[in-house]
Amino acid sequence: MPAVRPALAELRARIGEIDGTGARQHGVLPFGVRELDRRLPQGGLSLGALHEVAGGGQGAVDGAAAACFVAGIAARMKGQVLWCVTQTDLFAPGLAQVGLPPERVIHVEAGDDISVLAAMEEGLRHGGLGAVVGDVARLSMTASRRLHLAAKGSGTIGLALRRWRRQADASDFGQPTAAMTRWRVSELPSAPLPVLGIGRARWLVELIRARAGDSFDLELEACDGAGHLRLPADVADRSAAAAGGRYIAAG
Amino acid sequence: MPPAEGPLIIAGRVGNRRVITAACPAALDLGLRTGMTVSRAQALVPDLRIEADDAAADAAALERLALWLLQRVAPIVSADPPDGIVIDSTGADHLHGGEAAMLEALAGKLALSGITARLALADSWGAAHALAHHGADGVTIVPPGASDAALAPLPLEALRLPAATAAGLRDLGFETIGDLMDQPRAPLTRRFGEALCRRLDQARGLASEPIAPLRPEGLIEIRRAFAEPIAAPETIARTIGKLVGQLCTELTAKGLGARRLDLLCARIDNRIEVLRVGLAVPQRDPARLTRLFCDRIVTLDPGLGIEIMTLTATIAEPLVPRQAATSLLEEAAPDLSGLIDTLSNRLGARSVFRFAAVASDVPERAIIRIPPLVDTATPGMEAWPDHWPRPARLLPRPEPIETMALLPDHPPRWILWRGVRRHVQCADGPERIFGEWWKRDAEAQAVRDYFRIEDEAGARYWIFRQGDGEDQATGSHRWFLHGVFG
Repeated sequence: MPAVRPALAELRARIGEIDGTGARQHGVLPFGVRELDRRLPQGGLSLGALHEVAGGGQGAVDGAAAACFVAGIAARMKGQVLWCVTQTDLFAPGLAQVGLPPERVIHVEAGDDISVLAAMEEGLRHGGLGAVVGDVARLSMTASRRLHLAAKGSGTIGLALRRWRRQADASDFGQPTAAMTRWRVSELPSAPLPVLGIGRARWLVELIRARAGDSFDLELEACDGAGHLRLPADVADRSAAAAGGRYIAAG
Repeated sequence: MPPAEGPLIIAGRVGNRRVITAACPAALDLGLRTGMTVSRAQALVPDLRIEADDAAADAAALERLALWLLQRVAPIVSADPPDGIVIDSTGADHLHGGEAAMLEALAGKLALSGITARLALADSWGAAHALAHHGADGVTIVPPGASDAALAPLPLEALRLPAATAAGLRDLGFETIGDLMDQPRAPLTRRFGEALCRRLDQARGLASEPIAPLRPEGLIEIRRAFAEPIAAPETIARTIGKLVGQLCTELTAKGLGARRLDLLCARIDNRIEVLRVGLAVPQRDPARLTRLFCDRIVTLDPGLGIEIMTLTATIAEPLVPRQAATSLLEEAAPDLSGLIDTLSNRLGARSVFRFAAVASDVPERAIIRIPPLVDTATPGMEAWPDHWPRPARLLPRPEPIETMALLPDHPPRWILWRGVRRHVQCADGPERIFGEWWKRDAEAQAVRDYFRIEDEAGARYWIFRQGDGEDQATGSHRWFLHGVFG
């Protein structure tokens, strides 16, 4: 939101405080991508809040791109990361390649969704962690509110990685939750290379819902070795007007 | 005992005869048996090594083993002389990942220590004893309520009867425990005494047989008996708070911290309910320890009331005060041990872990789970090579796929996975991984060729071909999907 008047900004912050967005107390984590940050309500992901991420298409089941997106966010936080899952299929070398080395992740294999949520809440309440991630399928309003309040109390960022057993169950993603933002990350064909092989992975990153903000979607290059996203070169060079609208992959 | 030096027997005295009380496997193979006289054994095997029976040393060794099990497996452990140990695993199995996993881990640990053991898990001490001594398998698990069926085919000796009673029953034509089960009690008791029916009932779980838990000297223990039995969770919580407070005072006085705590609640119906709490680092903070116990009060069944509560620091380690921050600028790392203790006591110690690298080229063997508070920042730790991309999700085991690919080194044109055909737009590879021939003979020639492929929608997969594409000896040339990239 360019050229915000100070009075308006102040009012927004006060509403945010009443609303429980928590950004004022705990600050935000910018993505470092200007196109992305300028469209987020506080210029980044609010710390001390719950955020939801899911994969699109087949990614709703395997949750690989969503896991990398989340790992990239967690990698840019300071401190240890608690990652709660029902059954571990995360491959630690893969996480290390998006900036989350094994000595920074404590894995919890909880067995079922309810235990995952309980472990996440415990981690969020502790306050000494950098981020708390949980792979969950069902996330009710009550459960998400508990997580959000726990995150708000301690200032730890909570990331619910929504992942379902079947693609049909992914319609659950439309149900309202108390999360601050809701993201969908889908794989796109990688950047074309002049030679044989696969270029840097690309994602379509959609912000489906944001409290006090607008939704949008953006094509981005996947996390690098330090968890940073990047705008693809062919998108970055376009004019500001065109960048505001939806970008359709050409060629 | 080194078996390489020839057969070994232990000789003891029964009446005025010297008989074999134990024999090593080599001696058993030569036809020697327990109960045989030593002179006869010496006649059969000339270079026999004979050691004198030392019952006191055996008992002491059994006690030591029981103590070792007490610290690792469950809070109620007792020696069951001459050659057994009884463990009440109620309330402790979930910390080991279930009954089967617990027995498997236990068998492994014992085997590593050079102990050949037969394990049985059943509803009652009697049944477990019978199956461990006379069962067909080395490791037996009897599901709850199925003791009778498991006991029926076992010989009478499995009931822990005096030799004369067993012989007398055989004279009457009884062979197995099953023969005795439906017999009228009165004539049996009249002839053989009440011990027979008592042993039978104990084995079938009809009569209780409390285990007197092993409590070694020097253990820090707080005991509290109640004039009036308690059952309400709030009362139990309050009592736990008091016990933990006293225990922490004693630990402080000795400069120790608890690594494992056991709470034993003796119920008025002569059963013992158990809570066990493990800690990642030595602790003596009353509030934290109380919370760990109070989290699990729901799993405690007070029945008609608890009359004695005992809190024991089963494993205690020195705990010295530590300087918190080394400089004014440096921020102290937050203490996560409380969180880890809470989670691992709720979900089991195996469920909270960290991954670490192992030097192995085979992807699924390159990771190992380690306890979460192990310091991995030490130099010399392995790291994964990062010049090849690795997927974020690895399937639990590679899934077979159908493909169309040119041999020997082209990626497939398409793959068929879980019923969906995907056309490969671009691919990277092959990355050739050789089997670990220096560790496993079966992998002397094995090869996997890994490819990273991308389909037309942008989904990226990690697939491999078993074999190098030319020589059948290197693998079956079948294709598998192993991981999904983000």
